[in-house]
Amino acid sequence: MVYGILRFINFAHGDVFMLGAFAGYFLAPVINKFLPAESYAGGILVLILAMTICALIGIVIEFLAYRPLRSRPKLTVLITAIGVSLFIEYTCQNGHVFGAAPHAFPKLIPYTTWNLDGLVLDSNQIIVIVTTILLLAALRFIVQNTKVGTAMRALAFNEQAAALMGVNINSIISFTFGLGSALAGAGGILFAMNYTSIDPLMGVQIGLKAFVAAVLGGIGNLPGAALGGLIIGLLETFAGGIPGLSNYRDGIAFAILILILLFKPAGLLGKSQVEKV
Amino acid sequence: MHSGAKRFLIAAIFAAAVVSCFSAQFNRYYLGIAIDVGINIILAVSLNLINGHTGQFSLGHAGFMAVGGYTAAKITIELSGLVPPQLTPLVFIGALVAGGLLAAIAGLAVGVPTLRLRGDYLAIVTLGFGEIIRVILQNMDSVGAASGLKGIPEYTNFFWAFAFATITVYVVTSIVNSTYGRGFIAVHDDEIAAGAVGINPVRYKVTAFVIGAFFAGIAGGLYAHHKQFLSPTGFDFLKSIDIVMMVILGGMGRTVGVIIAAILLTLLPEFLRGFAEYRMIIYALLVIVLMITRPQGLFTFGKSKWTKT
Amino acid sequence: MDKDMNQPLLQLDKATIRFGGLTAVSEVDLQIGEHELVGLIGPNGAGKTTVFNLITGVYQPTSGKISFGGISTANLKPHRLAGRGIARTFQNIRLFASMTAFDNVRAATQLHRARGIRNALWRGRSFRHGEEKIEGHVMELLEIFHLEKFRDEPAKSLSYGDQRRLEIVRALATKPKLLLLDEPAAGMNPNEKTELMRLIQFIKDKFQISVLLVEHDMQVVMGICERVAVLDYGIKIAEGKPDEIRSNPKVVEAYLGN
Repeated sequence: MVYGILRFINFAHGDVFMLGAFAGYFLAPVINKFLPAESYAGGILVLILAMTICALIGIVIEFLAYRPLRSRPKLTVLITAIGVSLFIEYTCQNGHVFGAAPHAFPKLIPYTTWNLDGLVLDSNQIIVIVTTILLLAALRFIVQNTKVGTAMRALAFNEQAAALMGVNINSIISFTFGLGSALAGAGGILFAMNYTSIDPLMGVQIGLKAFVAAVLGGIGNLPGAALGGLIIGLLETFAGGIPGLSNYRDGIAFAILILILLFKPAGLLGKSQVEKV
Repeated sequence: MHSGAKRFLIAAIFAAAVVSCFSAQFNRYYLGIAIDVGINIILAVSLNLINGHTGQFSLGHAGFMAVGGYTAAKITIELSGLVPPQLTPLVFIGALVAGGLLAAIAGLAVGVPTLRLRGDYLAIVTLGFGEIIRVILQNMDSVGAASGLKGIPEYTNFFWAFAFATITVYVVTSIVNSTYGRGFIAVHDDEIAAGAVGINPVRYKVTAFVIGAFFAGIAGGLYAHHKQFLSPTGFDFLKSIDIVMMVILGGMGRTVGVIIAAILLTLLPEFLRGFAEYRMIIYALLVIVLMITRPQGLFTFGKSKWTKT
Repeated sequence: MDKDMNQPLLQLDKATIRFGGLTAVSEVDLQIGEHELVGLIGPNGAGKTTVFNLITGVYQPTSGKISFGGISTANLKPHRLAGRGIARTFQNIRLFASMTAFDNVRAATQLHRARGIRNALWRGRSFRHGEEKIEGHVMELLEIFHLEKFRDEPAKSLSYGDQRRLEIVRALATKPKLLLLDEPAAGMNPNEKTELMRLIQFIKDKFQISVLLVEHDMQVVMGICERVAVLDYGIKIAEGKPDEIRSNPKVVEAYLGN
């Protein structure tokens, strides 16, 4: 979404994902003072609060680090994004902040399992699926059916024309960042619920793979990105189960990226752009 | 315009040899840092050809370094018992060059698929290649896999580090400052216009990658025989970023600036050693502030003999 | 490769290009002989620059044939066609912004004159000799167009008119047989236009080349073109001497609408 509008890779996106997980980590005990521990209500509240915090973080990052560079070459912004990412990672690794060691993520919702003919699913996994569907549906609604969403799509298409049509570029960009960061935060919480160990560098690989997923699906195309994410997730998981291939898990996403860019650079659902000479 | 270059090369190598003769007198620790400086100069100048002059934003340079380093190390380790000591310098050079050539092939493998890519895509793909190389090395038992390659003989000294640094600088600047070499910058400035005047963008981009990778491989070999130990994690994305930072600080395309930046960024961790905890945070902040305030790099003072752009 | 002396230098046979659903250029026939100055006009969006892009290999025709010097240009990349002798300028000036004026032209000479990497590294006498000759050639060209005093200035610091001239000089450095000029008079005042007209004719005579000119300014087109072709919506609607074109009702209609 961010790439579709601003045309640069926000390297710090994975780190906002991490910050979302840590927000959940610190919020859970606080929420548990008012609501019973491990309740759906408590879990949902933590999720919403974490998403809000991440949205704010994203907006602040955009305002401080990316907005001043709006008119500069894309390379400058890219490097700045790398700097922001490193800054967040190293600050969080500092002993005074989170520390480099992994933390155990608390249980947010009651843990139950369902056994369907040998396939065992637990409540955490179900919640991931349900929440993902809900969030993606909400996102689609925002992008397709609201004024803000239309403004976002106009911006992604042609920034100058959108501005001429009365779109407040700064507000929409801030909104996009906020929205994207909120989703990243949600991703962080969902991830932490299932993998329970969180650390400041957990977002690095994921952030990169998220970009690969977006490219796979067709950059700037939201359903495509979702499809890309699904495909990469599935491929990695299956590879993890194949002896011999499992060690190369981390390389799979990149191998996919290279193949896609070689053979179908517009992505699975994307349209190719012709450069005007 | 052209005559001074070769003389400078020979003089510099001679000076490096002279200094090296006295190296036994120097503090070992500082000598080690000086060698690091030489290696980083090679890395920065070689990356500058790809990123700065030709404008292909490569984030996977550490991968080429790894290929060169592991290759050279494996060769010297295998041959160490078999060769009389008088011939070790030859073996060393041979191993370095072999590492460089293999790295150059890796450069070809990266340069060709990335031809049509621009900006961010190119950055991510090159990063991906770097990661793939790292993952492969992490799984190659013949080079120690994840636990790394130990017992590399210490062949690198001040002379070799600086002789190769000087050679790298000479090669890159000689190429770029010729009429042929203007093609690299033309491809950077405007690929379509370059094509219109007969410059083949493909050829130049691939050449930049191959030459840049070759010298990164040499740097990797020198590095291996300096630290005497190699581990795949030492050649990850962050290492590539370190090298990219030197090119950016130095002003993307300005050779003198890039050399100075390489020296400074090698020495900086030493100065910040007192602030060990905050070192990387300060570093990251510096990057952000630099990009916002002075993206053309720190060392862009007019023109010098070596930089015609 | 035998060259039929009666063959035109450039020939387009029903050249067509489609982008998705849009046919930008449709079955255009065009011939340019040696030492001809031909104009290509038409309303905005008629496909004139697209025709240039087809000729120079930026686009490949969807159907039809283009040949230069009797040989097909199919599947040849722009730099190869530059090597064959087709040079061009661009509608939005595309100079090498970070290079000096001198280097902009110098970069274009590497096509025919530069020695490769090995020579650059060795820096022997033949290399230095070659570089000196190139410098001489570049300065000669710059002097012809009175741009020699800008030789060490960054190209982007030149005035608009000088930048346009520099782009032409750079194109000439590739020793073309055919020069394509894309709206060279854009943004020029009347004096500059008159100077440009003189310049184009001078180029044609001194360098013995053919020129294909896309222009909106009728004064320039009528003033120097020997022949004019008119495009509208990608189709050639008329071709002939400037006077014939001026009074052709189809042409008038294309420009003024119904």
